[in-house]
Amino acid sequence: MQDMQPEQTQDTEARIREQIAENPVLLYMKGSPKLPSCGFSAQASQALMACGKPFAYVDILQNPDIRAELPRIADWPTFPQLWINGELIGGCDIILEMFQQGELQPLVAEAAPEVDENGAE
Amino acid sequence: MGPMQNLIETKLKAGLTPSYLRVENESHMHGGSALESHFKVTVVAETFTGQRLLQRHRSVNQLLREELQNHIHALAMHTYTPEEWESVGESPASPDCRGGSKHI
Repeated sequence: MQDMQPEQTQDTEARIREQIAENPVLLYMKGSPKLPSCGFSAQASQALMACGKPFAYVDILQNPDIRAELPRIADWPTFPQLWINGELIGGCDIILEMFQQGELQPLVAEAAPEVDENGAE
Repeated sequence: MGPMQNLIETKLKAGLTPSYLRVENESHMHGGSALESHFKVTVVAETFTGQRLLQRHRSVNQLLREELQNHIHALAMHTYTPEEWESVGESPASPDCRGGSKHI
């Protein structure tokens, strides 16, 4: 792992905190929901997509600085990570278990931004 | 049993006094060359009672902090109270890796 300068670390942390604050449903994952690069990220994004609401994601393979910093900030060592309303929900196993118990869907539905029913922006 | 699998078992036993513990080496399901890189743990412990999944997983992550930082690529985790385990009976299967990169 490459050592980062202190200011760079601060920038990364600020960026992460901004992402978490601005996106009510946010998945940090390897790859994208359409093209996941890890089985755990694939399962997590599939469960989230099955909730039928829009969500944001960050591909940590494209953002090595976030990949390096987020585990420390989150006090959570692995990816994927699901954040809802600024709070860490958990990783793949937690996401799937909550989905299977029917707990994830209402959580996502409540947090997800309203989508215009006419489809107009 | 490999040394890493053994170490994970020892640490979780000491830290959680589980009534049931299974540590499986799933590295063969993944493309990497390391023989002890992917694990699945199933833990049943009284101490999980009243804890949310996030807290339970944090406890396990904490006990395996050093290993997660330096040795383990992926850790599937299934945590139950004795009561939950009685009604569930089995932990779900892990997904296959898709190659990808080497670090957590």
